[in-house]
Amino acid sequence: MTARSVSITFAGSGGAGVMTAGNMLLDAAGRAGWYAYMTRSSGAQIRGGEAAAMMRLSTSPVQSHDDHFDVLVAIDWQNVGRFSAEIPMTTDGLVLGDPDGGEFPEQIGAKGARSADIPFKKMAKEIEGGRPNMIALGAVAGLVGLPEDAVLGVVRDSLAKKGEAARTASEASVRAGMAFAAGLPACPRLAAAEGQSERLWSITGNEAAGLGAVRGGIRFVAAYPITPGTEVLEWLAPNLAKLGGVLVQAEDELASINQIIGASYAGVPSLTATSGPGLALMTESLGLAVASETPITVVNVMRGGPSTGIPVKSEQSDLNIALYGLHGDAPHLVVAPNSLADCAFSTQWAVHLADSLQTAAIVLSDQSLGQSRATIAPPADPGLRAIRLMPEGEAAERYRRYTNTASGVSPMAVPGMKGYQYTADGLEHNEYGTPSSAAADHSAQLDKRLRKLAAHDYGQHWADIEGDGDIAVLTWGSTTGPVREALERFRASGGRARLVSIRLISPVRPEQLAAALAGVSRVLVVEQSHGAQFHRYLRAHYDLPGSVRAFHRPGPLPIRPNEIFRQLADWS
Amino acid sequence: MEATSTCPSYSARDYKSEVKPVWCPGCGDYSVLGSITKALAELSIPPESVALVSGIGCSSRLPAYTNVFGFHGVHGRALPIATGIKVSRPELTVIASGGDGDGFSIGGNHFMHACRRNVDMTYIVMDNEVYGMTKGQASPTTAPDWEKSKLTPQGTGINPFHPLVIALAAGANFIARGFSGDQNGTAQLITEAIRHPGFSFVQLLSPCVTFRPEQRDWKDMVHPAAVDPTDDPARAARRLMTDDGFNVGVLYRGSRKPFQPERQASVDSVADLEKEFVL
Repeated sequence: MTARSVSITFAGSGGAGVMTAGNMLLDAAGRAGWYAYMTRSSGAQIRGGEAAAMMRLSTSPVQSHDDHFDVLVAIDWQNVGRFSAEIPMTTDGLVLGDPDGGEFPEQIGAKGARSADIPFKKMAKEIEGGRPNMIALGAVAGLVGLPEDAVLGVVRDSLAKKGEAARTASEASVRAGMAFAAGLPACPRLAAAEGQSERLWSITGNEAAGLGAVRGGIRFVAAYPITPGTEVLEWLAPNLAKLGGVLVQAEDELASINQIIGASYAGVPSLTATSGPGLALMTESLGLAVASETPITVVNVMRGGPSTGIPVKSEQSDLNIALYGLHGDAPHLVVAPNSLADCAFSTQWAVHLADSLQTAAIVLSDQSLGQSRATIAPPADPGLRAIRLMPEGEAAERYRRYTNTASGVSPMAVPGMKGYQYTADGLEHNEYGTPSSAAADHSAQLDKRLRKLAAHDYGQHWADIEGDGDIAVLTWGSTTGPVREALERFRASGGRARLVSIRLISPVRPEQLAAALAGVSRVLVVEQSHGAQFHRYLRAHYDLPGSVRAFHRPGPLPIRPNEIFRQLADWS
Repeated sequence: MEATSTCPSYSARDYKSEVKPVWCPGCGDYSVLGSITKALAELSIPPESVALVSGIGCSSRLPAYTNVFGFHGVHGRALPIATGIKVSRPELTVIASGGDGDGFSIGGNHFMHACRRNVDMTYIVMDNEVYGMTKGQASPTTAPDWEKSKLTPQGTGINPFHPLVIALAAGANFIARGFSGDQNGTAQLITEAIRHPGFSFVQLLSPCVTFRPEQRDWKDMVHPAAVDPTDDPARAARRLMTDDGFNVGVLYRGSRKPFQPERQASVDSVADLEKEFVL
């Protein structure tokens, strides 16, 4: 039995090496030409506790989970039961565990999946320096049909610095696991990899966002750690330094956003990354960036909210604050990556737009994009850069920083440019930047700041539009992955439907969406929020044709392709 | 070939704009504006090479009254903006300015961390022990028994914040106190503060004649520091904690190395960073 996609979960207590096994399986699959995707789940403990690496291997690009898992491998059973809701399985599934690994959790037993024993501990003892997690890696590789060479190659490279003994022990453990797998009950084996012309990348969404940032020209970053946005900053710290840029750890999010406003005012494209609570703290100064027309980019990696919420789980519930959190009339950019790989493009595009339009851009990523790892085809650099309109030549008269141009974008001087001194201001101001509470100045500057965003040509990037038919699924961000998969199944079952995944959330593009929905009589809105924030946003800003249904649910559990497929199939 | 020195000279007027201040007649901040422009002229720094950043409040209006690159931000956040400017453009002369409410209350965390971070910039606080722009409320430096605020009619009942002691404890590299009524003396303090490497903090007693008319008496209360500045933090701490608050002059000079990250590229392009992702 071969399959185009196989899903596996490694689970165990902290220190059992679950994530190491998952990362190695992902890399091995990538080297052998398959695509792989991995999310991680862990208990609340800072160190230790239980952990799960949830994997999906596929013959085609994959950046979201399937409906259920084919294999669950528990290196031990301590508290693994608490992940049960995150590991849906059918009776065809296979649960592998160590009979010496503690009590078998009844929640896992209740799934009714097939089960088999692997004596990880005993097998490890028989190998000098043997490791249960490497045996588990070998067993899974054997079950799904990964070539031994690819797995051993990754093991060798990963352990290159650990010495000969550790490497030999791990290789022997992997071989023992592979040999043991031959006697295990069958599970779906991966169909042959489709030839890749280039070597794949292994990357997380947060790393991709960092890459997009530096590709766009970001050279100053201020950082305050917060889950799950921290890894964007941690990737940028060493890499910005290599590029001659600077990252400063700030004392709080109020400082981090104001530091980037300062650096950008000084002429250096600047960015910070945060998550919900941090974004809430930054909203006042986002308004300052808008009013003073200082370009900045804020990557917000969404997690469950409100308040501290569920820091380690995904949710699309910061849409409202990103759109409406600023006081006053403060038009700004909101851009949402709709896949792990798209974190690179969307962040780069946001940086490009922020500088082009001299405003604040919020990139709305989320935990499921940011903290997941996948093997992907190398994303080409689209060449979008932070390029700012600047005054040229000598200043003939007093510089009008906020001159009311037709496009709304005014040439922006930076310190050092003789004769172009001005004061950037969050107070309403006239064209010179001098504070003014005059009605004419207020309306002129409000119009200008709105016009530069509304009139800009965003090209085709505003949304991903795929397929045709009179049903459209309207979605955004990370739920695009399961929607795409549901639509593939729907088409395979003879249905016709189109996808519209909106990348440019703000400013809104009503004409473009109307064109994308031409001929549509039913619209299914899909999102991961309790309050149907995206549905309400669509209702406020767009005319939706025909009948509309909203499928929305909060985190922490991901929306699965089959849930969306059922919505479509039952509506036909 | 004849080499001529072309060091341009500037007068204080070259640093002033034509914008008319919103300040009340008699406000100490007019004189501080004069001191800052005199200091910049003394240092002969081209106006386009100076960034002057402020938050919100009466004194924070100051950048627009100058002819340097200014940034008038939101309440309490002048120091992070100044930090971003200086770290990304170290060749600029960066000054942050504002009042006691902006700097010590809403911006208190940034004050502490700016002292600690020790970026090479100058922070000038015009301290009048009151929120003037919101019409007279107690600030962190107001005495506990000041009863003229509608917000705290019985006084705040809490002891004032001691900005110089906090600055020293947090790691500021240069600490001075001045009085706005002595424009030339204050200009000299600001000149020294700008010249001193690292984070320089200058508290300027700048009377609010509208909400604190009794501060007109400050001119009779200030006196020059009796001893030369020290580089010993322990000695400086003892002096700062025991002086009468009207002791003006440079009070502490440290020698900590300023914070300035290297900006030396080690790769040719972003593409060089992508190798880490390749399987």
